[in-house]
Amino acid sequence: MNVLLDHFAEFREGFIGTVWLTVASSVLALILGVVLAGFRVSPVPPLRFFGAAWVTLFRNTPLTLLFLTIWFAVPQVFDFGFDPWTKALIVLSVYTSSFVCEAVRSGINTVPLGQAEAARSLGMTFFQTLGTIVLPQAVRTVLPPLSSIFIALTKNSAIAGAFSVTELFGWQKVLSDQGFAIAWLFLWVALGYLVITFTISGLFRLLERSLEVAR
Amino acid sequence: MSSSVLYDAPGPKARMRNRIYSVIGTVAIIGLITFVIMRLADRGHFASEVWNTFNYANVRIAIRDGIFTTLKVFALAGALSLVLGALLAVARASDHRAIRWLATGFIELFRAIPLLITIYALWVLFLTYKSDLGFVGENNGFWALVIGLAVYNGAVQAEVLRAGFNAVPRGQVEAAYALGLRKSQVMTMLLLPQAVRSMLPTIISQLVVTLKDTSLGYIITYAELLYAARQLANTTLVNGQYIYVPVIMVVGTIYVAMCMALSGLATWVEKRGRRAKTGIAVAAAAEPAEAPGALDPSDPKGPTAEAEQAAAKADEPPGKSG
Repeated sequence: MNVLLDHFAEFREGFIGTVWLTVASSVLALILGVVLAGFRVSPVPPLRFFGAAWVTLFRNTPLTLLFLTIWFAVPQVFDFGFDPWTKALIVLSVYTSSFVCEAVRSGINTVPLGQAEAARSLGMTFFQTLGTIVLPQAVRTVLPPLSSIFIALTKNSAIAGAFSVTELFGWQKVLSDQGFAIAWLFLWVALGYLVITFTISGLFRLLERSLEVAR
Repeated sequence: MSSSVLYDAPGPKARMRNRIYSVIGTVAIIGLITFVIMRLADRGHFASEVWNTFNYANVRIAIRDGIFTTLKVFALAGALSLVLGALLAVARASDHRAIRWLATGFIELFRAIPLLITIYALWVLFLTYKSDLGFVGENNGFWALVIGLAVYNGAVQAEVLRAGFNAVPRGQVEAAYALGLRKSQVMTMLLLPQAVRSMLPTIISQLVVTLKDTSLGYIITYAELLYAARQLANTTLVNGQYIYVPVIMVVGTIYVAMCMALSGLATWVEKRGRRAKTGIAVAAAAEPAEAPGALDPSDPKGPTAEAEQAAAKADEPPGKSG
């Protein structure tokens, strides 16, 4: 019980670390995922192939392996070094973007055919159709899966803690190495994650309600 | 295909433009790949001496043992998670409020906590209270990993099965009760088999997640494939550098192959289920999301609604739904 009060600063730092990492990689993953989904429905075969390869590769690779890759293999290719936080950000957003891409793509499939046809008959280009007609509607349908994806991202960010990035799990590790009772640590850290995940699902429910349209 | 919706069949001008984009895209992608390969080759990661290490028996044995350990953890954790998932799903549908609440609480708690933290906490717990718990030998890591994976994935599988229960038409349950079947009979003869059948693709997708998550054993220094690979790379010095790059390439390929084989099974099962004309709905496979995926119980539009739609679609000719 006292662990929380005595080490409040550490817990706060860890909590903020987790929130910050989650928010930053969510935004990046969303952008990347939407671009990739755009690739996957584009009329240009190499881009479609690139999108498909990206999704297949990153959805079937364990996240821990990706962490190892950016820690040990990527520096062999690019000279400029990243700090651990940026590395974690890149790994988490690349990994999550493949899930976002799949969600958005299935969302695109739910947009009624007539919408795109109407847009085309008005003379819109591919980008105009996608950007102004199809994607805004697709985003609405994929909000529930997106919320699950970002909740998963929050939980995955714990792996970054094992790779010496300051966040909640990292602090749990440090404190439990110092011999604090694991049960209390576990509970407090779990509570921290619960707060974040409930916030995410609440936010998404609000978004869903405000974006709801009659079809 | 959605792609054809978004653009017209290209005319001569658009075809030309697409061809130009294709060339640029191909060049860009090949350029990127070439750049990566060149850089790696520059650093000597493709030297024959480096790759020769894979010819040594002990290296091969290390990788083989890693694969076996990973598969062992996966088999046990997967089986346990299925059993636990079924139990939790049944408990959640119980008529007794206390049981229902306990099951719901268990599911919600362990789905919300990062799996890594569950595993780590179990590991520390086992290490700390080793003698009290009657553990002998060095299998703390194994059990922490297996139990952690089973608990987390069991909670997720329970939610999947719940969606499956909801997809069974209400009338069937009423009919079963009207015929005089007991509650347990309705569950075992009617609900569970149909739920498992309709949710099989999703269940397998979640097993893929379980397989991927065995790699968390790396963090609690349990010697599964990833940890074995790291040890291997860390201790083998060839041409003055550790062989991280080749080892990551090999191990990554192994992981991707294993996961794709399992995903392939899910797709096959889904296709097979769609072909069957039993009238049992096959819910669309959810994303094998790292976590609940599309299976958030808190959202009413989740798999339940999806499964219901699929159930509604079931009496349509199979070709139409999709």
